[in-house]
Amino acid sequence: MSATNVAPTGTDDPGSRQLLRRISKSVAGGNPFADAALSALVAFGLFAALIGLRTDSGPVGLVLTPRPWALAGWVGAVFLVRLLVLLWRQRTRPAQAYAENRRLAEGLAHLSRLLAPALLLLALALPSFADRSYLDLGVLVLTYVMLGWGLNVVVGLAGLLDLGYVAFYAVGAYTYAIFSTQFGLGFWTCLPLAGALAALWGVMLGFPVLRLRGDYLAIVTLAFGEIIRILLINWASLTGGPNGISGIPRPTLFGLRFDASGGPDTFAGYFGLEYSPTQRAVFLYYVILALALLTNWFTLRLRRVALGRAWEALREDEIACRSLGINVTATKLTAFAIGATFGGFAGAFFATRAAFVSPESFTFIESAIVLAVVVLGGLGSQFGVVLSALVMIGGLEMLRNALSELASGGYLGPLGALVPDPGQYRMLIFGLALVVVMVLRPRGLVSGRTPSVALGRRREISAELVAEGRG
Amino acid sequence: MVAYALQQLINGVTLGMIYGLIAVGYTMVYGIIGMINFAHGDVFMIGAFLSLISLTLLGAFGLTFVPLALALTLVLAVALAALYGWTLERVAYRPLRGSFRLAPLISAIGMSIVLQQYIQIAQGAKNKPILPPLPGGLRLMESDGLVVQVTWTRLLIVVVTLAVLGAFTWLVSATPLGRAMRACEQDTKMAALLGINVDRTISFTFVIGAALAAVAGFMFLLNYGVIDFFIGFVAGVKAFTAAVLGGIGSLPGAVLGGLLIGLIETFWSAYFSVEYKDVAAFSILILVLIFMPTGLLGRKDVEKV
Amino acid sequence: MDSPLLQVTDLTMRFGGLTAVNALSFEARRGEITSVIGPNGAGKTTVFNCITGFYRPTSGDIALTHPDGAAFRLQILPGHRIARRARVARTFQNIRLFAGMTVLENLLVAQHNALMPNVASGLLAVFGLGGHRAAEAVAIDRARGWLDRINLLPRADDPAGALPYGDQRRLEIARAMCTAPVLLCLDEPAAGLNPRESDALAELLKTIQADGCSVLLIEHDMGVVMRISDHIVVLDHGSRISDGDPAHVRADPSVIAAYLGEGDEDDPDVPLAAVPDGSLAAAS
Repeated sequence: MSATNVAPTGTDDPGSRQLLRRISKSVAGGNPFADAALSALVAFGLFAALIGLRTDSGPVGLVLTPRPWALAGWVGAVFLVRLLVLLWRQRTRPAQAYAENRRLAEGLAHLSRLLAPALLLLALALPSFADRSYLDLGVLVLTYVMLGWGLNVVVGLAGLLDLGYVAFYAVGAYTYAIFSTQFGLGFWTCLPLAGALAALWGVMLGFPVLRLRGDYLAIVTLAFGEIIRILLINWASLTGGPNGISGIPRPTLFGLRFDASGGPDTFAGYFGLEYSPTQRAVFLYYVILALALLTNWFTLRLRRVALGRAWEALREDEIACRSLGINVTATKLTAFAIGATFGGFAGAFFATRAAFVSPESFTFIESAIVLAVVVLGGLGSQFGVVLSALVMIGGLEMLRNALSELASGGYLGPLGALVPDPGQYRMLIFGLALVVVMVLRPRGLVSGRTPSVALGRRREISAELVAEGRG
Repeated sequence: MVAYALQQLINGVTLGMIYGLIAVGYTMVYGIIGMINFAHGDVFMIGAFLSLISLTLLGAFGLTFVPLALALTLVLAVALAALYGWTLERVAYRPLRGSFRLAPLISAIGMSIVLQQYIQIAQGAKNKPILPPLPGGLRLMESDGLVVQVTWTRLLIVVVTLAVLGAFTWLVSATPLGRAMRACEQDTKMAALLGINVDRTISFTFVIGAALAAVAGFMFLLNYGVIDFFIGFVAGVKAFTAAVLGGIGSLPGAVLGGLLIGLIETFWSAYFSVEYKDVAAFSILILVLIFMPTGLLGRKDVEKV
Repeated sequence: MDSPLLQVTDLTMRFGGLTAVNALSFEARRGEITSVIGPNGAGKTTVFNCITGFYRPTSGDIALTHPDGAAFRLQILPGHRIARRARVARTFQNIRLFAGMTVLENLLVAQHNALMPNVASGLLAVFGLGGHRAAEAVAIDRARGWLDRINLLPRADDPAGALPYGDQRRLEIARAMCTAPVLLCLDEPAAGLNPRESDALAELLKTIQADGCSVLLIEHDMGVVMRISDHIVVLDHGSRISDGDPAHVRADPSVIAAYLGEGDEDDPDVPLAAVPDGSLAAAS
C-alpha cells in the first residue's frame, strides 16, 4: 500500500514507450509543428467517423456518404488553429500574460466608472439615430441585461447557483399572457402581478430546497425549470399547450395604444402624428430600458443596505453568518424571491413585445445563456453584465447577420461549396466562445468587488479574495 | 395485470441501466474534480451516433453476422467516445482546474452546445432510424392476451451493463489506476504529493466515463432504434438526477439512482400519464433531497466548524 | 441573581459510535472568564459547537440565563437564534472572516439584526425608509469604536482577507462583540500568535470582561489561560476531570497526568512542562 505502488500504468512495451517519449519530448520541447500535428491526429480520430461519413435516409434504412474533403478541411483547421495558438503563446511568457490579464481587469473596473455613464447616454439616445433593426437588437440586449441583473442578485451576490432561472421568466411571461387574454388586464396592471407571482414561485421552490448546498441546489433548480416547462406544454387548457398563447396585447402609454387606427386613444392620433410602427418599437425600447434601470437601481441600493451585505456575507461564509445571528434561510429566500421578481418583470415584457408566448422560449439553454452573461461579466458586477450582454447577445446577432451576408454575397469563393450554410454555425461559434472566454478569463470580464461602505475612499477588492459561494 | 406490471418492470430496468451507466460518468467526475460535467450527456449522444455510423458502415460492407457487427460497433464506439472524453477534459476543463467554481460549469455548458451543434451540422437535424439488428425475444409468459417478453436487445443490454459494471468495479477497486482515482477523490493535493500523476488520473476518469456513456449510447440506439442530436440533453439531465438521487460521488449510488429513475419513469407512464413522467422523476428527486440531503447512498458530511 | 450564566448539565454528544462528550456538567458564572482546557481531541470544540447550536447534542441540557432573568435552552434553539436571542457570540478555530469584504463591512454584517429587524424593514431600507440611515450611522460608530480598541481603524477599508494573521484574530473577536453578546465563546484565539500578540489578546479579553461580557475560552496557550481565567474546566476524553480556579487546576495531579499522558499516549504532540513559576505552559 505504499505510495510508489500507485504509479499509473502506461504502455509497457519498450518500443511504443520510446516512440511516445520521443513525441512527447518534441512536443514538450516546444516544437509547435509536432504539437499541432499531434492535435490534427487527435482531430482526425474525432472527426473521421462523424464528419467523414454522413448518414442520410435512404430507401431502406440509412445510407452513408463519404465526405473526405469536409474531413480534411476540419482536421486542417484544427492544425492551423493549434499552430497559431502555440506560436502566439511562445511570444508571451505566462507571468507576463498574468500581469496583462490583471491590468486588463483593473483597467476595465476603472473604465466602468467612465464608460457606464457614456453607455447610459448612448442607450437613452439610441432611438434617435438607430434604425429599426438596431432598435430591436437593443431591446434584445436590454432584455438579457435585465435578466442578467436579476440573476446576478442570486448568483453573484448571494452565491446561490440557480440553473432554472428561466422558470421565473416563464412564469412572468405566462402571467401576463393569461391575465391579458383571459381577463383583459393591461400590461401595467399585470407587471407587478407577474413579478409577485414569480416571487411566490421562487419562495415556494426556495423554501424547501435552500438548505441544500452547492450543486444539489443547482440540479434542483434545473429540475424545477424543466417541471415548469413540462407544465406549460401539458396544461393545455390554461397555457395553450405547445402552441402557446398568441394575440397578447401590446402595452399602452397612459392608455394610448400604438396602432394604425388613428383614433384619439392611440399615440399617433393623440399627438397628431402620422402612425409608424417605429413608434411602438421606440416605446418598447424605453419600457425595457426603464425596467432594466429600475432593476439596476434597486440592486445597487440593496448592496448598500443590511440585506445586500448579508447576501454577500452569505456568499463569503455561511457558517460565520449563522454565528452572527443571521437567519440564513430567510436571507437566501429574499435573494431568490427578488431575483425571481426581476425575472418575472422581464418575462411580462417578453410576452408583450412578442405578442406571443410558447414553451419553446423557456428551455434550459435560455437559463444557460443568462448564467453565462452573469459569469462572463464577472460575478456580482452590474457593469460586467452589461458588457457581456453586449458582447454575447449583440455579438451573436451580428454573427448571424455576418454569416448570412457571407453566404449570400458569395465571399467564400470555392470554400462556399464546403460550407453550404454558414448560418448554422452560429450556435457552434457561440458555444466555442463560451469555452474560450472562460479559459482566458475564468473570473469574467470585470472581476473584483467594490466595498458597500467605507470610512475613507472606496478601494476595489481584488477578485482573489472574494469568495464565490457554495450554495 | 401481473403480466403488464412485469413487462413494465423489464422496460424500466432496461431504461434504468442506461441512465445508470451515464450517471456513473457524472458521479466519477464530480467525485474527483467536483464539477458538473454538463457535456457528459452529449458524449452519450456522440456514442450513440458513433454506433449508428459503425452499424451502417458494417452493413454497407456486407457484414451479416450480427454478433460480430455488434461487438465491433461497441468497441469502435467506446474507443472513439473515450477520445472525445479525453479531448473534452484537455481542451475545456484542464485549463480551468483549480480556478473559480463556475468557470468550468460555463465551459461545460459551452462544450455541450458545441457537441450538439457539431452533430447537427455534420449529421443533420433529422431523426436517424435504424433497422433493429436483433429482432425477436424471449417469451416469458402469456396472460390476458398479453405476451410478456424480454427482447434479445433488452437481454443484451442487461448482460452488457452487468459485465461493464463488473469490469468497472474491478478497475476502481483492484487496480493501481483505480486506487489513484480513489486517492484523488479523497484529496487531490495530497495524492499529488504522494506521487500520483493527477493529470493522468483525471484524464482516465474522463476516458472511462465517456466509455461507459458510449456503451449507454450504443444500447440506447439498439433499444429505441432512433436517435437525434438532442437525446444527450434529456438523458444527461436524467442521469445527473440519478447520480444526485443515489448520492453524488457514490458509484453504486449512481447505478441505484439510474435504476430508480428508470423504474419511476416507466411505471409512471404506464399507470398515470406519459406527459408528466419527467415531472414525476424530478419531483422524486426534490423530495429525496429535502429529506435526505446527501442522496440515498451519499456520504454524510458533518459540517466542519 | 445567583443562577449561573451558563449551566451545562449531563451534556453528551455521540458521532456514530464515537462519544466525543460524555455526561459533561459545568457552569460559567456571570462576569467571569471561564476556560475549557484539555488535550487535543478532548471534546472542547464539540462542547462549543453544542453551545452555539452547530451541533445538536445527543442528550443533556444547556441553560443560559440573562441578567434580566430571561432563560434559554440552547440545545433546542436554532443556531441563528442562539446568537440573536440568547446573545451568545463565538469565534472559530480556523478564522472565518468575510475575506472579500472590508474590515468595516465585517463589523456591519455582525450588526445585521440591529440594522434589519425583519425582511420588510430590509426592503424599506432600499428606498431610504424605516430609519435605516440612522441605524447605520449608529452601527458605523460602534464599529469604529471597536476598530479603535483593536488598533485597526487605519485599515477599516481594507479587505479582511488581506490583514495579517494576528489582526484577523482580533477582528474576529471584535466582530463577535459587535453582536452585543452576554457570552463570548472563543475557540483558541491565541493559536498562531506570537508572545507579544498573545499578551495583547489577554489584555483585550480583560477589557471585554470589564465591560460586563462573560467569556468562555478554549485555549492551549497556558500562559494566557492561567493569567486571565477566573475559572477553569479541564476535559479529557469528553469528561470533566478537574474544575476550579487556576491555582487549584494547576495543582491537580489528574490534570498533569492527562497532559503528560501517564499510562496512555493519547496526545504526544502537546507536551506541557511546569515552568519555574509553577504554571503550565505549552512548550511549542
